[in-house]
Amino acid sequence: MNRLEHAIPAGVIMLVGLWVAWISFTQNPAEAFLFPRLISTIFLTLSIWTFVAAWVKPSEVNATISATTWMNILPGLIIGAICVFWMGKAFGFYTASIITVFTLISYYDPAPHRQISSWIKRILITAGFIAVMYLLFAMLLGVFTPRETLFR
Amino acid sequence: MEFIYYFGEVFTFWSFSLLLLGTIFGLILGATPGLSPTMAVALAIPFTFKLEPAQGLILLGALYTSTVAGGAVSAILLKIPGAPANIATTLDGHAMAQKGEGARALQVSFLASLFGGVIGVLLLIFLTPILAQWALAFGPSESFWVAILGVTIIGTLGGGSVVKGLLAGCIGLWLSTIGFDDILGTQRFIFHSSLSGGINIIAALIGLFAIPQVISMFAKGRQTQDMEVIDVKPHSLFKSVHEVFSSVRALGIGTTVGSIIGLIPGVGGQIAGLVAYDQSKNFSPDRKRFGKGHPEGVIAAESANNAMVGPSLVPLLTLSIPGSPTAAVLLGGLIIHGIFPGPNIFRDYPAVVWPFINSMLIGQVLMCIFGLAIAGYAARIARVPPHIMAAIVLTLAIFGSYSVQTSMNDVYVMMILGVGMYFLERYGYSAAPLVLGLILGPIAEGNFVEGSMIANAQNGVATYFLTGTLNLVLILMVVASISYSVWLELRSSKAGLPS
Repeated sequence: MNRLEHAIPAGVIMLVGLWVAWISFTQNPAEAFLFPRLISTIFLTLSIWTFVAAWVKPSEVNATISATTWMNILPGLIIGAICVFWMGKAFGFYTASIITVFTLISYYDPAPHRQISSWIKRILITAGFIAVMYLLFAMLLGVFTPRETLFR
Repeated sequence: MEFIYYFGEVFTFWSFSLLLLGTIFGLILGATPGLSPTMAVALAIPFTFKLEPAQGLILLGALYTSTVAGGAVSAILLKIPGAPANIATTLDGHAMAQKGEGARALQVSFLASLFGGVIGVLLLIFLTPILAQWALAFGPSESFWVAILGVTIIGTLGGGSVVKGLLAGCIGLWLSTIGFDDILGTQRFIFHSSLSGGINIIAALIGLFAIPQVISMFAKGRQTQDMEVIDVKPHSLFKSVHEVFSSVRALGIGTTVGSIIGLIPGVGGQIAGLVAYDQSKNFSPDRKRFGKGHPEGVIAAESANNAMVGPSLVPLLTLSIPGSPTAAVLLGGLIIHGIFPGPNIFRDYPAVVWPFINSMLIGQVLMCIFGLAIAGYAARIARVPPHIMAAIVLTLAIFGSYSVQTSMNDVYVMMILGVGMYFLERYGYSAAPLVLGLILGPIAEGNFVEGSMIANAQNGVATYFLTGTLNLVLILMVVASISYSVWLELRSSKAGLPS
């Protein structure tokens, strides 16, 4: 188990190394790929070494992500990914941030969901934080972010 | 003594306000478990875009200095080091707090930080121009080897597996080549249109340092906080001042060890604090008190990790080799403001570099004053639950990476690199060498290409890059850093210890 656990990521990195080396040595003009050729050779050598080492001598480091940890991480990652890859552009950054922050703190908050006071607290935290973000980025730094919904 | 000429720049309204702001925020961020100084500086870089380069760097320098010192607050009161540099502080600091001496431990910690920090910055002031003068002899081949040395040293000495450290450095160097080639304009490794502009350093820095911490906070799930904060009872400041300055041995060992370790690229504050603590214990007549709440333990650890800050910038400013992961992020901050560290930095940018260095000296004093004033409250602020912190950091990372070039592509790159780094970290790869490869890649490639052109007109590439005293010294240093780390790894694996 431990052998596979470390060999799989090492194998993936080795494949990336192989791909980088292949591109570097087959693409033209050669002058543009001089430096990539140099580093990809070292990259590939080290990645093969790591893969062989992971296979021959299993690491004592337990890198297993338990099912509980996956269940904890996934909702946050999915919400974050939705915000970055879809909501940010579709709803605008501030609206997307309101939804993301509120969803994240509501989901991960250990306080009981039946308590009205905990919902009020979550709304206040979200509102306060987004107000600070708006002040900082829109008013102070003048960063123009996508603002399709609610914020103009 | 050129630095004295630029002292006034620190006391202009904006510069001083930013210094104050950076110090106070740094202390609070440092005291917050889970927020490392590296991440704090990376997240702050986008806020410096609208500022003058000197002001931006003053803000980043103040954050760097005070997050390291602020980390002692949670180390002492919560037994959770705010930063890796504060690990050694927990050993005696928390024991003191449990005995009802929390205020004494905090005062001793900030005063020792002040002493170590000031000595460290003075070393930075006096050593940097000397090293810069020496580095003026560097041509393209030497500059290429210096960049490679930077990646090698941080990859091998940063802890963990040597091969994985070097491999992470190679991944960083490869990532730096994505996009259009500077000389011929050839497309390289552009497998998606969002990568046509290359990988933006700041977006990558934010992703690599902030996102793995956000995911680690998610991993805790719906966990209730079981941190016990110890109440801080008042303690005479004069007694603490007397105590710190009469502990000459601990203060001397801490400052010396911190300064030396800071000068060695890639080692960082964690090692400085632990080595200083260990040496202070070895040389102390009452070593049995160490670990049970002995103030000398706090003095040695805190003077060391702050003494490390200044010297860690010496190789950064003169050779582009950061002394710590946070210094690597600062290098990104310098480059984004169009300042390329190197031997000519004091000739080309004196009005930026000297105010920045001077502000770090003033920042040490402010850090001590505000640290003593708000330490007790900072511990309460530091109890922000991880789920709120995760949401805040994620949003800041999205806004920060977007604001670099107002491009969604940078946000995608930030997110993908960050998630990837979380998994890589679990398998023993570190973000620091990867970041350094990414930052030093263009410098290494530029000098490699320029050197190759010169070499082709002379005696060939091998002769140009592999001969000459300076080249040989640098190659030897690369080989020595790898050999030493391999030896350390073999020795610890024989002893059955983690590398």
